[in-house]
Amino acid sequence: MEWVNAVIQGILLGGLYALFACGLSLMFGVMRIINLAHGDLGLLAAFMLASLSDAAGLSPFVGLLVVLPGAAAVGWALQRGVLMPSLRAGELAPLIATFGLSIVISNMLLEIYSSNSRSLDSGALETATLKLNDQISIGGLGLLIFGVAVALLVGLQLMLSRTSFGRAMRAAANDADTAGLVGINANAVYAWAAAIAVSTAALAGAFFAMRSSFDPSSGPVQLIFAFEAVIIGGLGSLWGTLVGGIVLGVAQTVGAQADPAYSILVGHVVFLVMLAFRQGGIFAVEARA
Amino acid sequence: MSVLSLERVVVQHGLLRAVWQLDLEIGQGETVAIVGANGAGKTSLLRAVAGALPASAGIIRFQGQDVSRLPAHRRLRAGIALVPEGRRLFGDLTVEENILVAQRHGRKGPWNLEAVLEAFPLLRDRRRQRAGNLSGGEQQATAIGRALVTNPDLLLLDEVSLGLAPVAVADVYRSLERVIGSGSTVVLVEQDLERAMGTADRIVCMLEGRLVLEGACSELTSEQITSAYFGLAASERGGS
Repeated sequence: MEWVNAVIQGILLGGLYALFACGLSLMFGVMRIINLAHGDLGLLAAFMLASLSDAAGLSPFVGLLVVLPGAAAVGWALQRGVLMPSLRAGELAPLIATFGLSIVISNMLLEIYSSNSRSLDSGALETATLKLNDQISIGGLGLLIFGVAVALLVGLQLMLSRTSFGRAMRAAANDADTAGLVGINANAVYAWAAAIAVSTAALAGAFFAMRSSFDPSSGPVQLIFAFEAVIIGGLGSLWGTLVGGIVLGVAQTVGAQADPAYSILVGHVVFLVMLAFRQGGIFAVEARA
Repeated sequence: MSVLSLERVVVQHGLLRAVWQLDLEIGQGETVAIVGANGAGKTSLLRAVAGALPASAGIIRFQGQDVSRLPAHRRLRAGIALVPEGRRLFGDLTVEENILVAQRHGRKGPWNLEAVLEAFPLLRDRRRQRAGNLSGGEQQATAIGRALVTNPDLLLLDEVSLGLAPVAVADVYRSLERVIGSGSTVVLVEQDLERAMGTADRIVCMLEGRLVLEGACSELTSEQITSAYFGLAASERGGS
């Protein structure tokens, strides 16, 4: 039963990874940009929520009403001010630019907040549990995070497949030059995609900060997990991102069940095995079958 | 009044000059065929008019307005639509989505998804298929339909017969007759001289980025055009 519990906890943890990863996947899918500052942008949102909590006593859930639109604005500005100009300098330039941004954000956070760990108080959710039987219980916060991740990914998928904006986004992702010839302003579409991606990073950062302690150096670690989830699931595929997040989460919790020291290691091993044998990711393999 | 007016337009690909100070006027409702050998600058000219390629110099006026500096998406909204060489469909989108995405961003008018399916019946059964999986003729019909649903005042067609089987070419041109017959202004780049002369009111022949022959189809002979096409005649102008 302990192993079943480990798998369930892994699925819930996978929700958080999927949440972190979906923005990364969206930016890569639409713009072919890997945003190395993704984890730090999520962490920046977590610190903003902490500041709102300290200054005004706001619950992080209420704080998100302020932080999420702010994150969208940051994403928009990031695309217009950093990514778009850097794209003109070649494919590697945005990678270097976002790497630089990651360093700037983490050092700025270190300067302002110091290296002390902290966490966000999620209130009653922190201790709420759903008891399935004597040995298995599901944490309320974990369940909420997983539900939000699934809802967000389903919503994004529906937006991409059913709405005219989603069609424009897919068209711009397919061929930005031709998108202009059918009236699509690809730069505006990219800016919206970046706004959505950074908002999802902020949401993931908030949940991460409620779930565990964080400090200014936590961003790159979350980026690595998000990146692994995207690769395991299939690059550019939102469903794949959810599956990849769950596989990574389950690998970590099952590894931890065997030996707590193996938790992170087993996740990395699964990622490496996927890279070695199924480069397209799980979702791509299923799509071909 | 001219729908399209080009004044000393220059188009360059890096250091390579594709179009040299070209002047051209196209009137309302005219169908003009641009012919010329490979590398004559035909595609570069159309792409510059549509905004897919910036003109390095000169002025492009559309319905009297200087559109030289407008990006492609704003030129489309002004009424210029290009069916690009090689179709350039969004391969991951279905036929219907390819058309709807253009319809959403284009202008309101008589052309919509249903009108396109009526004009190109071969697309009706393929509407839910991914555009990347279509045959060449079906892809070309989709590309033309995608341009038409933006309800352009000026339709630019770049090598619509390229790579298609003769039957598919005949199908595409049969459907295009409806567009041309409706009084739209059409500029087409075509390698097939006979088809160009049979479709257009006026022929413009380009050679190495320059306009070397221009005239009404009824006033030019195949020999004159062939001679200009291969650069055998000095720059000459027929009546227009």
